[in-house]
Amino acid sequence: MRVSSADIYTIWLREWKRLLRSRVRLIMSLAQPLLWLILFGTVFDRMFSGIGDPAEETISYKSFITPGIVAMTVLFGSIFAGIGIIFDREFGFLKEIMVAPVSRTSIVWGKALGGATSAIISGLVILGLSTLIGAEFTPDINVFLAAFLAVVITVLIALAYVNLGIAFATRIDSMEGFQMVMNLLVMPMFFLSGAFYPVDLMPTWLQVGTYVNPLFYGVDGLRHCFNGTAAAALPLGLDLVVLAGFTLLTATVSIILFKRME
Amino acid sequence: MAPAGMEKDTMNAPAILVRDLVKDFDGIMAVDGVSFEVGKGEVFGFLGPNGAGKTTTISMLCTLLRPTKGTAQVWGYDAFHQPDQVRSSIGIVFQDPSVDEELTGYENMWFHARLYKVDKNVIDPRINGLLEMVELLDRKDDLVKTYSGGMKRRLEIARGLLHHPKVLFLDEPTLGLDPQTRRHIWAYIRNLNQKEGVTVFLTTHYMDEADELCGRIAIIDKGKIVALDTPEKLKASLGGDVVHLAIAECTEGCIEALRGVQGVHSVEPKEDGLILVVEEGAVTIPLIFDTAKDHGLVVQSVTLKVPTLEDIFIKTTGHGIRDEKVEGRDQFRSKGRHYMKRSRGKGGH
Repeated sequence: MRVSSADIYTIWLREWKRLLRSRVRLIMSLAQPLLWLILFGTVFDRMFSGIGDPAEETISYKSFITPGIVAMTVLFGSIFAGIGIIFDREFGFLKEIMVAPVSRTSIVWGKALGGATSAIISGLVILGLSTLIGAEFTPDINVFLAAFLAVVITVLIALAYVNLGIAFATRIDSMEGFQMVMNLLVMPMFFLSGAFYPVDLMPTWLQVGTYVNPLFYGVDGLRHCFNGTAAAALPLGLDLVVLAGFTLLTATVSIILFKRME
Repeated sequence: MAPAGMEKDTMNAPAILVRDLVKDFDGIMAVDGVSFEVGKGEVFGFLGPNGAGKTTTISMLCTLLRPTKGTAQVWGYDAFHQPDQVRSSIGIVFQDPSVDEELTGYENMWFHARLYKVDKNVIDPRINGLLEMVELLDRKDDLVKTYSGGMKRRLEIARGLLHHPKVLFLDEPTLGLDPQTRRHIWAYIRNLNQKEGVTVFLTTHYMDEADELCGRIAIIDKGKIVALDTPEKLKASLGGDVVHLAIAECTEGCIEALRGVQGVHSVEPKEDGLILVVEEGAVTIPLIFDTAKDHGLVVQSVTLKVPTLEDIFIKTTGHGIRDEKVEGRDQFRSKGRHYMKRSRGKGGH
């Protein structure tokens, strides 16, 4: 059976309808990042004089963490979407999809895009809210290009982690187990992403952890788009390449594991 | 009409062909060398207690589970090498619910129609027609989570028919439903088979269900088929109806005379009376009474037992079908999940 965009759309549409019916889920997915944003953004903002070379114009802390919080929102929203597979297995609907004449790859893509859609929406909502608490955007590339690249990076983060979640979901039977494993993964991934502090302020051993964390490249890429090159640690091109490579990897792995599922 | 050889094979093949099918869940033989054929247009029943291997067999036929050994073909297509052709030819109603409760009945149907590539122009009338058949049309826009168990089952049956399957698999279609709903569902199944010509393969552990619906029945126990025939022939294999006469006392001459009655196969004296195996109880009993009267016997009471599939089941397997109660089933279910988990990663489609 060939991969078909019609099948992907059908499966995506189901996820979308389910999302619209459970607004609670959408709201809850915003609660945690919002808390971080308000707490760190407003309180820590008063502790730090600003980030960057004091001789030049510095960035406020709340502006600095905005790309991090957006990345975090997308990360949480997408990685936990894998639970949909476990949910469908538990409630029997997965069998309905698995016996349909639809390629497994289409199923994974439909599911992944469904999870990514809600994660991206949450990310955009958080981005909008960050301006309300006074975050500023100071890209040093064309604003439209920055916005476009920010969207690309957000989509890549969402797709990378939704597929990572799906890959785990093919192997974990219980929802509790899945949530435990995801929490275990998500927290270090988040704290070592450079979302809260510039990577060069970290001790070397933590820097190593940061550089092997794919999310760091997403946060750094968004930082280029939101805060400008001076605040970022790596060239934008490198961020994009690493992130795209990681997305390709998780997408491939999730499809392989899903096909092996009996 | 049949351009390729492939097509021709498909046309001549039986609806289902299973040869020496084996499924070994890490040392436990869920299905142990099963062979059978189902002709086109048949209603074929798989009868057996919970845990006999019925669902495992269906899962292999439906391409969900990879067999350890043997072949399974549906509509001429190999279930392992041509899963897509098989999937397009079949409809399935699983034992456990498989509807999306967060969607409406109509949306569940629509989703299925899209996945099975039902022609866009006929999707809507087809869905409405089927929902009408299962009497759910007035509830089509309600979320499925508000449906009763029977309604969900009916929705699943309607959904299984949406894409005009050649073969419909029904795994315990009436499990846990009330008697009235069961009769309704039986009527749908019969109707489908007769009017739409759909081949039906159903599993059940209800004797009456198999008797009522199936043209042929395979009795399966511990992964093996122990009997396979029409319900009538299976019942006839027991020899006939059993009549029990409660009699105070009886002479040898009288027993001899009863043996001579037309339709009586055997007469066995027991402590509390006589056990007669007869051709057709309802007709033979009056003749027995006449003979008894002639010999001055006073019959205190009479019971007639017409053989059921249950008797066949006990005869062929040595135990009753209801020996294993709900606990047994739940145990098997959880085992099944366990096996699924452990066998994951060993390939599949």
